[in-house]
Amino acid sequence: MLRAAIIGLGKMGLSHQSMVNVHPEIKLASVCDSSGYVLDVLSKYTGVKTYTDYQKMLAEEELDCVFVATPSRYHAEIVSAALDRDLHVFCEKPYALDPEVGYRLADTAERKKRVNQVGYHYRFVAAFNEAKRLLDRRLIGELHHIRAEAYGPVVLRPKGGTWRSQKSEGGGCLFDYSCHAIDLLNYLVGQPIAVSGTVLNSVFSNDVDDEIYSTFQFSKGFYGQLATNWSDESFRKMSVKLSIWGSNGRINVDRQEVQVYLRSLPEPSEAGYKAGWNVRYTTELTKPVWFYVRGEEYSSQIDHFVQCIKTGAVAISNFRSASDTSLVASSMRADADKTRTSVALKDERGGAMGSEPPQSKSFVRSLLDRMGSGQT
Amino acid sequence: MLTQMDRILFGDNQFFGVNHMSEEKARTQSMRFQDIGAIIEVLDDAYAEGIRTFMCTTHERISEVCDHFRKHAGKYPGFKFFPCLPYAHKYANAAAELGVLGAVRSFLPQENALGALLKGGMSLARKDVEGLAGLLIDAEMKMFADLDTPVVFLQNVATDFLLGLGFDDAFRMFNDHVRERYGAEPGFITMNAPFLLQKLEKAGLQNPIICTNINKIAFRMSGGMDAYEDMIRQGRSRLIAMSVFASGALPAKEALDYVCQFPQIESIVFGASSRRNIGQTKQMIERLTPSSMVAGSAL
Repeated sequence: MLRAAIIGLGKMGLSHQSMVNVHPEIKLASVCDSSGYVLDVLSKYTGVKTYTDYQKMLAEEELDCVFVATPSRYHAEIVSAALDRDLHVFCEKPYALDPEVGYRLADTAERKKRVNQVGYHYRFVAAFNEAKRLLDRRLIGELHHIRAEAYGPVVLRPKGGTWRSQKSEGGGCLFDYSCHAIDLLNYLVGQPIAVSGTVLNSVFSNDVDDEIYSTFQFSKGFYGQLATNWSDESFRKMSVKLSIWGSNGRINVDRQEVQVYLRSLPEPSEAGYKAGWNVRYTTELTKPVWFYVRGEEYSSQIDHFVQCIKTGAVAISNFRSASDTSLVASSMRADADKTRTSVALKDERGGAMGSEPPQSKSFVRSLLDRMGSGQT
Repeated sequence: MLTQMDRILFGDNQFFGVNHMSEEKARTQSMRFQDIGAIIEVLDDAYAEGIRTFMCTTHERISEVCDHFRKHAGKYPGFKFFPCLPYAHKYANAAAELGVLGAVRSFLPQENALGALLKGGMSLARKDVEGLAGLLIDAEMKMFADLDTPVVFLQNVATDFLLGLGFDDAFRMFNDHVRERYGAEPGFITMNAPFLLQKLEKAGLQNPIICTNINKIAFRMSGGMDAYEDMIRQGRSRLIAMSVFASGALPAKEALDYVCQFPQIESIVFGASSRRNIGQTKQMIERLTPSSMVAGSAL
């Protein structure tokens, strides 16, 4: 029986708690949060032992592993403290905002042979894994383009009261939302070697970005595009979709289904796939989980963490792969500040190839400002 | 006295862009049903086919459906609603934006009812979870005022989240409030039925109404096929089978053959968008329903 603790009881921490608590191979020893209110309610009704100071909890409790689900900017500090005590660590994404810190902690965890996992749960969605299997099998041939899209309803008003609306806290669509799509790209086709044309734009937020667009290069002749927007309530919940083109066809994949178009069936043939369109649904691809709360992938990733601890295997989503994802995101942020090429005749450019990058400002805020100052 | 449940219940996933197999299909459906008239038309079709129970979420648009049924009550004798609450995405999105406490606060009564507002603030301050839960249930039930709601369900995200946390007392609170305030029987939707039943029995809720996935391919039947079939055969709960077609992965006849072999399964809930489909599915269920069940049911 592994003894576990959870640090940070927001939406994700509580969700983890409900699954960890009933995992047959885990004993939930304690939980920790800065809100005494949530702790009091949990302690009273579920009997779980609670702490408000994670250092105290790590010092007092005998633990094998810890789940970190605090706001992003505390991840590195807490992960580091847990590794100091030789614990296996599951950390919520994006894990480390600074990739250099991320890689350093990955080094430490690997040196200490501690299982290290990050909550990029899309790596546990059956349909994406089927797409990965087909790509690894080179079913659609040489890849030349991939498009990743993620849309959903997170920020729909100018004001938000939590850390998600503060850039300094690791908020913003890039690190809090787009990172899922970036991580999936890395998982399916490998890390890009370059990013360009990145746009970090605000729709509602004052301090952070709400939509992100970027172009990726993976190799000579293989490019990708990323489009994410968390201010889109036309989606009931977060929706991530990838479209991949290769010399022998294409794959469209989202959480629910994998659509595969094959120009011809390669040798040796792939069971269940024929030339032309093929569709496989989540209902046939998804393996049952021991306990279901909000999607098999959330349960599966926790069970995967447990199995890795038992067998010493490397987690599918680990500190190193998550640092790769943070590195891509950081490169995109740097790229967004680069000058762009003006659309103008040569003479009008005045010798300089480019103009100032557009300033990111909430579109709605700009409108309100203009209305307020009487400008049109 | 036990509440009589119809053999066939009509679900609402198809109206709100929920489709477990295809996002594209889900979007097409949410476009078709963005006009409330289109939803009413399908409900009229279901009524004409003899369906009398609408099992629905507390999606804000359901309140418009409720308005229609109140206004035209004479047109729908015997029509019942089985509300399923809370509408979880609303809470999950609010929790991400406002934090856990902020989300709870945002759904407490805000307008008009000064008493409820004070009660809400006091309950929140006192960590009186039972009082808070009652207020949140009342807020969601408001749209069903004056309509027949003999069974009120706790949605699966809420049921399973509380089940995982070990917050067993919540089921008793839900039971008590639904019975006392609405004179209704509580029901529990879950993806973990065998485990839930144990916990409900421990909490003192005997022979509870449980709505859960029951399908031939064990899609989202956590605990596994064997545990589910054991639970069904033991007959210690009043079962409603949902996802019997596994979101379309199973052909209708094969799917219903499986579910209808169990006389212990009291009701089947399904959603459909055309009168033809509603009628065919209903007839097929009726044909496959064991004759021993027909006398006691509301067919």
